[in-house]
Amino acid sequence: MNGETKTPEIQPFAVKDCALIAIATGIQAYNLRELRDKLTNIHPGSIYYHFWGSLLFPRFEEPEFINDFAAWAYYSLHDQALAERLAVIDPTKFADIEELRQELIEEIEERLYETEIVPWARPGEQFHFKRSQIVVFDTFKRITEPKELLSVLPTFTEGSVFYHFIDARRRTSGGEDDFRAWLVGFGDTYADLCHLIANIDPYFTTLAELRRKLSDLFQTYFRER
Amino acid sequence: MGKLDFYADIVGHEVIDHLYQLSSLLKNIKVIHVNSTRKGGGVAEILEKLIPLSQELGIDTKWEVITGNERFFRCTKSMHNALQGNLLDISDELLKVYEETNAQNAEQLRPALEEADVVFIHDPQPAALLKFCPKRKGKWVWRCHIDISRPYRPVWKYLRNFIKDYNASIFHLADFAQPLPHPLYLIPPSIDPLSEKNKELEKEEVYSVYQRFKINPELPTIVQVSRFDRFKDPIGVIRAYRLAKEFIPSLQLILAGGGAADDPETEIVLAEVREAASGDPNIHILFLPPESDRIINAIQRGADIVLQKSIREGFGLTVTEAMWKGKPVIGGNTGGIRLQVINHHTGFLVNTPEGAALRIHYLFHYRDQLQSMGKKAKEFVRRNFLITRHLRDCLTLMVSIIYNVEERIELG
Repeated sequence: MNGETKTPEIQPFAVKDCALIAIATGIQAYNLRELRDKLTNIHPGSIYYHFWGSLLFPRFEEPEFINDFAAWAYYSLHDQALAERLAVIDPTKFADIEELRQELIEEIEERLYETEIVPWARPGEQFHFKRSQIVVFDTFKRITEPKELLSVLPTFTEGSVFYHFIDARRRTSGGEDDFRAWLVGFGDTYADLCHLIANIDPYFTTLAELRRKLSDLFQTYFRER
Repeated sequence: MGKLDFYADIVGHEVIDHLYQLSSLLKNIKVIHVNSTRKGGGVAEILEKLIPLSQELGIDTKWEVITGNERFFRCTKSMHNALQGNLLDISDELLKVYEETNAQNAEQLRPALEEADVVFIHDPQPAALLKFCPKRKGKWVWRCHIDISRPYRPVWKYLRNFIKDYNASIFHLADFAQPLPHPLYLIPPSIDPLSEKNKELEKEEVYSVYQRFKINPELPTIVQVSRFDRFKDPIGVIRAYRLAKEFIPSLQLILAGGGAADDPETEIVLAEVREAASGDPNIHILFLPPESDRIINAIQRGADIVLQKSIREGFGLTVTEAMWKGKPVIGGNTGGIRLQVINHHTGFLVNTPEGAALRIHYLFHYRDQLQSMGKKAKEFVRRNFLITRHLRDCLTLMVSIIYNVEERIELG
């Protein structure tokens, strides 16, 4: 492949699959002030779940409000301004969940300061804080050469895309996806490919769309080399 | 060839492989499910399918059914209604019957229950068993199949005293979960695509079932399949049908269902429905025995639109069944129906008989929408509500509580 020499110690890329199981925390917010108060102490896994978890759960429409907080502000509190502000929070821009939590709280506090009446939800429309457990499966597919991803990526399940492109950001030391973490092992050979992968926005999209973007990117990259 | 191999053709081999990977951590454990009826109702239907598959994965799984007299089931039916929101006090005398019946059943079941590694208790009827198994060594999980989002507080307070000592609970969705001092898992139920009720049928068979009940298979047909229970709003369905019939004169309605052994109100509601339908030859009320799965399958497949206009609904497996058969569903905007019926995608959520009538009219007017929503509905069920996903979630839960997993289970 491509004439480069592969460093012998590089481990094959192990393709994994995953599923989430949702857990209710039993904590609910009926109005915006309660949401702010409960966000202060809620388990970090819950904030992660409400930003990323919905990617793996059933939905049809392109996500207008991709995080659950923004969707709740829009559909249940009917506060469009708040929904817009929460929707643009990009979780990939924060070093960790605690920073993300702080940003959420600040946006909500600002809105509470602006409004005369605390926005509230009707009974049955309250915000349910959830978290999840992830179960990771081995597909037993192993990739030794990056070019093999060309044919394997289109066959990835949505669970595999989630695991390697979303969940990886919590697991890898640099907060990056598994593809880049693996390609770095080949030295500078694939630095440009890593750069292209880094440019894929993992947030405002669906897993099927992410799979398509990644597949297209690998196709283009290896065709041009 | 095991039964799981047949599911692989529907859901994909990787899904079955996931089940084997999870079950490898559950070898040599004993699992018992307990509920209150062997036949009738969604719980029995799920257990009937889930348990053999679990056994095929090498997990020693058993199903026990508690017994009780008429007063016990009257009490648990009241409990059921109160937990779903009816303001219904239950006398101390009946609650005593509830506890005594659980104690009597515990006498028989205790050795097995105390020895089991995981015990799943389904719904309120057997919930007090835990109290009578003080030497239990395994993990106990309470599986709630009903909508207890706004329970009548005194009854929930009473039941909570038993539930709080479990190691985990399972609810269909977060709206139903009540605060409890243990993990609250969210696991929607499922259907079995290979069962008599859901497998593919020849068109001739569908026609012959319709003809057997003197229903014209060529006319526009709406169907609601459910137990004769006020929470399913059969009277509201008749009203919706009458409103829609003004626009679709040849419309016919089928209300098909039976009763569960633990539901003493069936006959009263059935009589009310018959009275409301009287005089209209195009309303077909079919009171079916529990062994009617294939007939129900045919009735759903022959329909153009399926209704599930419940006022309260735990999940609504009949919605899942209809969607699996490629039918758009007009469902009550409540409980688990909201998880399945996605407006303008798999059907419509409605709040009134008028709303249901409007959507019936709409779908018969836009036939192409009717077809495309049906297709989407089937794919939605394939991905989310088949028994293989349900089994995966149950196995994940067991691994999680046995190995005290906080967040991550790595397999392989």
